[in-house]
Amino acid sequence: MPLTREEIRGLTKKAWDIRRAIIETTFTCGGSHIGGSLSQTDVLVALYYRYLNIDPARPGWEDRDRFILSKGHGGIGWASVLGDRGYFDKALLKDFNKTGSPFGMHLDSLKVKGCDASTGSLGHGLAIAVGLAIGARLTGKGFRTYVMMGDGELCEGTIWEAAILAGHRKLDNLTAFVDRNGLMIDGPTEQITTLEPIDEKFKAFGWEALTIDGHDFAQIGEAIEQAQAVRGKPCVIICKTVKGKGVDLMENKAPWHYGGLNSDLRDQALASVDRHYRELLG
Amino acid sequence: MAEGMTWSVTDGDKLTQAEIYGEVLSQLGDRYPDLVAITADLASSTKIGRFGKKFPDRFINVGIAENSMFGMAAGLAQAGLRPVVSTFAAFTALRSAEQVRTDICYQNLNVKIISTHAGISFGQAGSTHHCTEDLAVMRSFANMTVIVPADGIETGNAVAAAMEWPGPVYIRVGRGFEPPVNKTQDYGFAIGRAITMREGTDLAIIACGVGVLQAVRAAEILKAQGLSVRVINMHTVKPIDRDAIIEAVKDTRRIVTVEEHNVVGGLGSAVAEVIVESGRACAFRRLGVPDCYSIVGYPEDLYHHYRFDADGIVETVGELMRLEIEEDEDWEDEA
Repeated sequence: MPLTREEIRGLTKKAWDIRRAIIETTFTCGGSHIGGSLSQTDVLVALYYRYLNIDPARPGWEDRDRFILSKGHGGIGWASVLGDRGYFDKALLKDFNKTGSPFGMHLDSLKVKGCDASTGSLGHGLAIAVGLAIGARLTGKGFRTYVMMGDGELCEGTIWEAAILAGHRKLDNLTAFVDRNGLMIDGPTEQITTLEPIDEKFKAFGWEALTIDGHDFAQIGEAIEQAQAVRGKPCVIICKTVKGKGVDLMENKAPWHYGGLNSDLRDQALASVDRHYRELLG
Repeated sequence: MAEGMTWSVTDGDKLTQAEIYGEVLSQLGDRYPDLVAITADLASSTKIGRFGKKFPDRFINVGIAENSMFGMAAGLAQAGLRPVVSTFAAFTALRSAEQVRTDICYQNLNVKIISTHAGISFGQAGSTHHCTEDLAVMRSFANMTVIVPADGIETGNAVAAAMEWPGPVYIRVGRGFEPPVNKTQDYGFAIGRAITMREGTDLAIIACGVGVLQAVRAAEILKAQGLSVRVINMHTVKPIDRDAIIEAVKDTRRIVTVEEHNVVGGLGSAVAEVIVESGRACAFRRLGVPDCYSIVGYPEDLYHHYRFDADGIVETVGELMRLEIEEDEDWEDEA
């Protein structure tokens, strides 16, 4: 069922909260992978608040849907969602990156409730997701596995090893997202090493491929529902996004892959996000 | 099958380590319905394919893609299954070191890795297919247990024991055409507990893998020369049996380690760490591959070339026996 206007409004408000939380935590922790955390946010919000079959009170529930953030550097954004969703007291995020904190910039599945896999080194998440999807079949469990990759991460060969295997095994209980913000650390992906056509590459590996605006909840919802309905093959949703989305001073700027905020920049960033959402919500 | 045993093979002394492994794993498949066997186009070489023939629905061949195979194994463990992965040691420990470390060990997942063609057992294949670094790599991964069975029977015991041992386990198997050192399987194998193959008081040889057979042969030769040499099968390199090492140092004060591995980072290094930290001095030599890429050749020729066959061990023991070891009345008070 397509998202209703009310649902989209609710998710939009939630994305506003999460973007504010990412900025606040970046300020307190000294620095974060803020650009990619802001670009991935709307897909994560749609998943965690609408589509994942999960119960934050039972993070180890065997039948839960799984989500893996293969672009593990988006950990501050993922943790902001997990905390808000109730996996842990989000006040704990004030210790993000601090010595002895359970929260480092790449989340640890043994320390952070709701984190289904420790990621950070790029190129690992899709293979783990393939294992979970095959595992769901072997154990007769009906859970679905979702994984989000960065676009720069598609340079990694292990992604394509896992893509071959997922296509071969016709894993229609697996949905992958590509956070296609177009930038890696050193600049635009297509200048550094050509990734396009991403959709055609996945299709050639036996996948269904959809391309959407990764900040448009109607499109995100429709694509997830379409992916869930695909039979006989896995589905990738290529989400066209903006690195630093919602913060004018960061949007589309590669140096904001990682950065810190002083109080002035924090205030500017919050004001920018607030302006963005006031316009959006009317 | 004897009482209490989870596996049995007939003519075990005529089978290679890998053949016994394949048979034992397929027997364990009955006991463990959650056991999933995985390989990367080496079903027949590693013998894991035997499991696949018996349980095709629980067998995954990913093609030639080791890195994603280990990541996938992590995911299968997270889905509640009991993955057992087999490929050549060089691919596990070198190509896929990061997946084994980050996806499996960091998350402390219940994945058992049985790697074949380890050391220089695939001698003619050259260094691309040798692996004299795996013990160094694997024992540096927190949460990992590292086992080097001495022969096929011990491989069966190790694989069976690993099923009941929590967390990731790495079991190193050669090609295993050498004669076995164990006649029967009920000699008390337990992970982390060394086995004294021969008692002795003049010197102790601490060996793993094919080194155990060579050490036993060397001890026989040395016995004829009037030397009492202890042989310790240190099949578990991590967690290592500290007590057995310290006892050997106390009793003999001369230690030789033997392994089919670079002398840097493997069993010899692990034993040396224990000895140095114990504060007890002793004469000490490491035998193995002397920090080089092995020449090509048949394994038994290579063991001889690098002087960790029985002849080479005898030679090294002779050197150590000629050293003057200072008697120390206060030995028991030290450390």
